[in-house]
Amino acid sequence: MLYREAGDFKTSYAKDNQTFPIRFDRWGYFALLAVAFLVVPFVINDYWASAVLLPFLIYSIAALGLNILTGYCGQVSLGTGGFMAVGAYSCYKLMTAFPEVSIVIHVLLAGGITAGVGLLFGLPSLRIKGFYLAVATLAAQFFLVWLFNKVGWFYNYSASGQISSAPRSVLGFEVTGPTASAAAKYLICLSFVVVMAWLARNLTRGSYGRKWMAIRDMDIAAEIIGVNPLAAKLSAFAVSSFFVGVSGALFFSVYLGAVEVGEVFGIQKSFLVLFMIIIGGLGSILGSFAGAAFIVLLPVFLKNVLVGSFGWATDLAAHLEIMTLGGLIMMFLILEPHGLAQYWRTTKEKLRLWPFPH
Amino acid sequence: MPEQLLFAMEVTLNGLMAGVLYALVALGFVLIFKASGVFNFAQGVMALFAALTLVGFMEGQIPFAHLINAIFGTDIHHFGWHVNALVAILMTMVVMVALAWCVNHFVMRHLVNQEPIILFMATIGLAYFLEGLGDLMWGSDIKNLNVGLPQGINGWIDETTFNLFGYGFFIDNLDIVATIVAVALVIVLIAFAQYTKQGRAMRAVADDHQAALSVGISLNFIWVMVWSVAGFVALVAGIMWGSKSGVQFSLSLIALKALPVLMLGGFTSIPGAIVGGLIIGVGEKLFEFAVGPLIGGATENWFAFVLALVFLVFRPQGLFGEKIIERV
Repeated sequence: MLYREAGDFKTSYAKDNQTFPIRFDRWGYFALLAVAFLVVPFVINDYWASAVLLPFLIYSIAALGLNILTGYCGQVSLGTGGFMAVGAYSCYKLMTAFPEVSIVIHVLLAGGITAGVGLLFGLPSLRIKGFYLAVATLAAQFFLVWLFNKVGWFYNYSASGQISSAPRSVLGFEVTGPTASAAAKYLICLSFVVVMAWLARNLTRGSYGRKWMAIRDMDIAAEIIGVNPLAAKLSAFAVSSFFVGVSGALFFSVYLGAVEVGEVFGIQKSFLVLFMIIIGGLGSILGSFAGAAFIVLLPVFLKNVLVGSFGWATDLAAHLEIMTLGGLIMMFLILEPHGLAQYWRTTKEKLRLWPFPH
Repeated sequence: MPEQLLFAMEVTLNGLMAGVLYALVALGFVLIFKASGVFNFAQGVMALFAALTLVGFMEGQIPFAHLINAIFGTDIHHFGWHVNALVAILMTMVVMVALAWCVNHFVMRHLVNQEPIILFMATIGLAYFLEGLGDLMWGSDIKNLNVGLPQGINGWIDETTFNLFGYGFFIDNLDIVATIVAVALVIVLIAFAQYTKQGRAMRAVADDHQAALSVGISLNFIWVMVWSVAGFVALVAGIMWGSKSGVQFSLSLIALKALPVLMLGGFTSIPGAIVGGLIIGVGEKLFEFAVGPLIGGATENWFAFVLALVFLVFRPQGLFGEKIIERV
């Protein structure tokens, strides 16, 4: 009834091409933004911020990045954890080297540095394809983690081998460090997410996005119709690494505050982000968010039910969680290879016809 | 002879032995890939699972004891008997066959005709599932596996090399056993693929699914068989790795090392897996020996991957892989 294009007249090309062509979606989007920016910061507490909202927002950026590379451009990467580490460590180096510069600029620069590293490791993708490439990206994962572990310069020769973020403020509010409030941390992450999502959405539906998708669907055919595989693949690697780098920088500076590289950015993280985009939906912006939300909420949910309600041991819950995760991945690939995003698409089709389906 | 050279020789020998162990895991990958086009990421976790199950049977652990205790409030953990290693190995093999059937019946059968990369991701899911299942069944503590294989320094080699060079080489008996087992395994596998009816059927399926179907080969049977054989290889690898460094989670990470081995040797070649394993084993040990101390050590974590990456840039199909032909 409410959910349809009919009666929503577009009078310009810009309006015809807008992200949300349906009025209901548009309002929903603005309402969501309003709630996220104006209501949530006042009701947020430390538990919700650290257990659910912050990881969700930060993982969303990482998932967006990997989705650009894997979902849109078809290059499977298992190096996400390593690239997040690049973001975190470059952010740390920038923070300690230029303490007077705003953290926002540091995070963006960290993303830029990660993009450069991503380009470097993306070069073999011109020769190597499919799972050969997936395994090749493992080289990035293991090499980068080893590098940050062994070379003292990266963690300023601190005795513990950890990096930790000093207090920094944005617009007068402290966003990093131990004394920063949950609301401030949440808002800074949310702002990044909104901007990054806007960027991802518009990149993927522009000419670059179409090039990536052409490469994904069949690279030789794309080459024949005039898509430059070098430019398309490397730009996908660069953009994707930028996103992943930003998320790594936020993960370190805002969310965790102190990081030990092998523990936080190990190969498990690469798989986790990959699972997010599989469950959420490959090649979908909404899917990246849905997948991130799902993967963040699943352990919280299982822990609350199993440990909280049944009183089981935590390691038991952890084993069940891994099993559930693996089982869900297989289930999703069998039942709905396009992920949660596909459910939303079918729901949308149904809503258009509701309440009079034919 | 200068001392450095002797050290390097010893390192090379040890590298060869380690390479054999990598090749053992890589073999399992190649088998499944050849017969069903599935790149089985879970091979390493299968080795871990097999080793866990083996230890569980030998020690007489009750499966899922932890879970049962949590649900029913009981306090059980062991049956109180010990099973002979050989019997336990046979029992574990039955479990691996059952697992193969389950994997085929519940997962792979439904993914026929999907893109290879989707199948690959499904096996990552399988890896997680098995990892959780193994921990849930048998507990996640580090276990010792002792099936009666000889361990410790080989005295004969130590003595002989000492007499020859004035410096005794340290070679673990277990590594020698592993080498012999690996060679035997390869011979058995090749004989199986070449001379038995099922082996020929397996190769037919690998060549062309539809043609194999049309001459009356049951795809389901072949796939269950292939996964069982891979389970068997995983069991052997699990026994070797488990005896060497204990049965623990890192076992499945070591198995990740088999991936560069495969890339180097080519996904479709059994000799490739062996040669690739040896190259990686020797390469990473020598690199750690020669360059490691200069740049902080622990280079074994990544050297194999970087080597494979660089190698693939020049030869994308690996050493012995079939040439990749792409058509629009």
